Amino acid sequence: MRVKLTTAYSGPSLDLGLGVTISSGEELEAPDTTEVDNALAQGFLEEIEEEKKAKKGEITEGDEVWIFAEQRNGKIARVVFELLSKGRELADKLNVKLAAVLLCEKDCGSKELVAYGADKVYLVEDEKLKNYKTDFYTKIICDLIKNEKPQIVVYGATHIGRDLGPRIAQRIATGLTADCTGLDIDSDGLLLQTRPAFGGNIMAQIKCKTKPQMSTARPGVFKLASKDEKRKGEMIKANVVVDEKSSLTKVLDIIKAAKKKVNLEEAKIIVSGGRGLCDKENFRMIEELAKLLGAEVGASRAVVDAGWIPKDHQVGQTGKTVRPMLYLACGISGAIQHRAGMQNSEVIIAVNKDPNAMIFSIADYGIVADIKQFIPALISELKKQ
Amino acid sequence: MNFDFTKKQLAIKKMIKEFADKEVKPYAAEADQKEIFPAEQIKKLAKLGVMGMSVPRKYGGAELDNVSQTIIMEEISRACNATAVTMGAHASLTCHPIVNFGTEEQKQRFLPKLASGEYLGAFALTEPAAGSDAVNVQTTAVRDGDEYIINGSKIFITNGGKADLVCVVTTTDKAAKHKGLAIFIIEPKKTKGFSLGKKEDKLGLRGSNTQELVFQDMKVPKENLIGGVEGEGFKQAMSVFNSGRIGIGVQGVGIAQAAFEECLKYVNEREQFDRKLHKFQALQFMLADMAMKIDAARLLCFRAADVKDKGRKYVKEAAMAKLYGSDVAMEVTRQAIQIHGGYGYMKDYPLERFYRDAKITEIYEGTSEIQKLVIAAELLGRGF
Amino acid sequence: MEIIVCIKQVPDTTDVKIDPKTGRLIREGIPVIINPDDKAAIEAALQLKANGKITVLTMGPPQAEEALREALAMGCDDAILLCDFKFAGSDTWATANAIAAGIKKIGKYDLILCGRQAIDGDTAQVGPQLAESLNLPQITYVQKVEINGGKVKAERELEDGYEIIETGMPALLTIVKEMNEARYPTLQGIDKAYEAEVKTWKAADIGADENKIGLKASPTMVKKVFSPSAKGQGLILQGSIKEMAHDLVERLKEREIIQKF
Repeated sequence: MRVKLTTAYSGPSLDLGLGVTISSGEELEAPDTTEVDNALAQGFLEEIEEEKKAKKGEITEGDEVWIFAEQRNGKIARVVFELLSKGRELADKLNVKLAAVLLCEKDCGSKELVAYGADKVYLVEDEKLKNYKTDFYTKIICDLIKNEKPQIVVYGATHIGRDLGPRIAQRIATGLTADCTGLDIDSDGLLLQTRPAFGGNIMAQIKCKTKPQMSTARPGVFKLASKDEKRKGEMIKANVVVDEKSSLTKVLDIIKAAKKKVNLEEAKIIVSGGRGLCDKENFRMIEELAKLLGAEVGASRAVVDAGWIPKDHQVGQTGKTVRPMLYLACGISGAIQHRAGMQNSEVIIAVNKDPNAMIFSIADYGIVADIKQFIPALISELKKQ
Repeated sequence: MNFDFTKKQLAIKKMIKEFADKEVKPYAAEADQKEIFPAEQIKKLAKLGVMGMSVPRKYGGAELDNVSQTIIMEEISRACNATAVTMGAHASLTCHPIVNFGTEEQKQRFLPKLASGEYLGAFALTEPAAGSDAVNVQTTAVRDGDEYIINGSKIFITNGGKADLVCVVTTTDKAAKHKGLAIFIIEPKKTKGFSLGKKEDKLGLRGSNTQELVFQDMKVPKENLIGGVEGEGFKQAMSVFNSGRIGIGVQGVGIAQAAFEECLKYVNEREQFDRKLHKFQALQFMLADMAMKIDAARLLCFRAADVKDKGRKYVKEAAMAKLYGSDVAMEVTRQAIQIHGGYGYMKDYPLERFYRDAKITEIYEGTSEIQKLVIAAELLGRGF
Repeated sequence: MEIIVCIKQVPDTTDVKIDPKTGRLIREGIPVIINPDDKAAIEAALQLKANGKITVLTMGPPQAEEALREALAMGCDDAILLCDFKFAGSDTWATANAIAAGIKKIGKYDLILCGRQAIDGDTAQVGPQLAESLNLPQITYVQKVEINGGKVKAERELEDGYEIIETGMPALLTIVKEMNEARYPTLQGIDKAYEAEVKTWKAADIGADENKIGLKASPTMVKKVFSPSAKGQGLILQGSIKEMAHDLVERLKEREIIQKF
């Protein structure tokens, strides 16, 4: 909402919260704060009516929504398809086209980009674009943006996207919001970006005052739409000349890392076992399940003390504090000392045969069952997939 | 009146707190259980300049004011008392007499090595018959040409078995009682007639080294007599203890603070009767009392350090700081175990270690009873 | 070699709360530190400097001076604070513009080191944006660096490994904290730091374009801050063991926690 001060307000300027002040004669985008609400209610502020956007059903040319189609080694990153799914939704709300921008050595997936929702693919092929390089990619995409004038450009918040996005934003002097976990179109037709800060303890909603509105968006957050092989899209080959001599950097080598050692603190998934498994032999089921899920193995203090597994697997107050995407607590009663170490996990699944076990109080999904029977059932279900 | 630290003192506090949390605290439990001497921690402290904190800059030290030294002692004590006492025996007890009473030649010879941490120091006064009764020293030093010949033994010596330099309190004239005492600087590894006796098995501070020293016809050059004059030893030793008392007081504060922090964490996590512990008023009262007493003790310690920094007499202030700091350490660690219930009694939690470590603060460098005598003597104007 | 290290002073926790009345972060009473990635950048500079000079620079309120003094205590040679109410409220674009103006005033440098990202904003944008403003090559997410014959060779961390990138100087690198263990300031260093001068530059001192700095020039604006919603009541699955196992796998797939095998 754009606002200005009314004549009812006599002071030279007014604090609108979040560090924003407005002075008389000024028009600006109001933050979403109690200060603004109060000032509107008291009549000190008024909303400036703006002309409405295009009507539903009319597809306007230009003003496209763009997704940067990151590829590595000729393989399009999964986040690109997630962003296309989200981008489709945004483009439909705005009645504009969704386009993907693919820079590569040779077309490595424009059909797939269309199948996931793109109306258009801007394709730039050159052997020098095989590997990502900041300066080449920046130049090509900046030129495309200047020519085509998209209204929104979204990049995956990957090591490439977060290197490239800011560089482009600075060159074309527009805003960029980092690592978004929510994207939507507000009533003014502007991109409403939601992102975590302070390690996820605070969420912020951010808007961009300039065009294109740009974001990097976190992988794994947006739902993947289903693929439609029959979708038709337009392919636009852009001719761009990049000169190796003009580049300031050289990629000497790309090295794939070997799997890292046990690291509970950084694990995405942890399968943890407790006394409910009854003995050391049964604990092997936990390890099998973890292997299947690509997870690390955690444990309660009781089983560490019993010697079923070494101490560096212990989660809890006297063990490690973890915050994985998924924590699967198997046969763990959930004493406060254990919960203290894992309660901030994103999704918690608890399996315990005691329906009154403390662990259920913080579980997203609870299963009241004997763990020794449930794990084999879960393993066979996962293997079916 | 100003209760704030200076910006520089705050910078020191921030640095040492971070160091203590990351480099000292994680090893405290194992050091206690397995009696591991904190050699690694001391080496790292030396790199930061902490082992030379009381030594003048011109001899390679950091020449910190007493408030800053007290800040460092509190933070290290909060993390690990075995490390704190090892550091304190060196930086406070051992460096002090050389810095304050040593000849220029002694300062140049020994202080740079102590300040850099190349030498670890110990101070040896206590004997089987001379504990609180410091005057009754039986270790003799007899002049023989350019040397003294020392015979006797010292017990309960912190760093005794690890030290590269020991300040040994002797008597050159038993009949003269306290006017016959003299302190010698010994380099055990270079001195014949020096040997180690029993290594003590202690209730607390189990990572620190406490050992008996034995001297048999140990020859020491006369240049190693602190200050170069006989008969000054008692005055010098009393000065060491006055100054050291602030350190022990704040050691108590550090232990109490560590126990208190554990309690705060615990009452916010543990539930009983479907309520978090912090909801129980009985526990709130306990926490309020603990916090108040810790703060009172801390203020006494920093007041004493401040008075000392201002160059005024601080005997009473230091004795009060030590007496109350150790009282609070005992009381708070006891309460902290109570708050933790059964968990507090177990070795998985650090509370029982704090409790064991706290006890010694009521005993060494002058028992609580001695502190009361010192305070009373100051009040009643008789001196001590 | 002349190195400039850009740092930020941040709250020593990510556990911050929002005042429900004003919608503002409660920052009172939370101690501040040098951002961890930035501290690694300082350490990297100290290891690279040889006979050179390290200038540490920050933009922030007057109390950010303490972060600069800590950097001096660690061994940096010079410190500059960009401090002006005109900088207040800058987003990453405007921040990069202001810092670029400050660096242009410093003039001579071979290398600029930044931390990868700050623990308060988590954007990781100012480094690359600064590189663009100064027209420098950039290497982000650097986990290892060496300098040989006037060239920088760096390992750039990737999701599944790393790439080795070479560039000439001057260049800008953003450093990840895993690169090193930052040293502690020594007592002697703290002494020196509190005797040194910290230069304070205002917008006018660095010739910053007022249309490119501060809240109003910033292209992005915060509409609202809020605490993420607390965990709702959990769901107890029903049915036979087999049914529950099936149900659970479907739900995890739906939430994209587990992917297809």
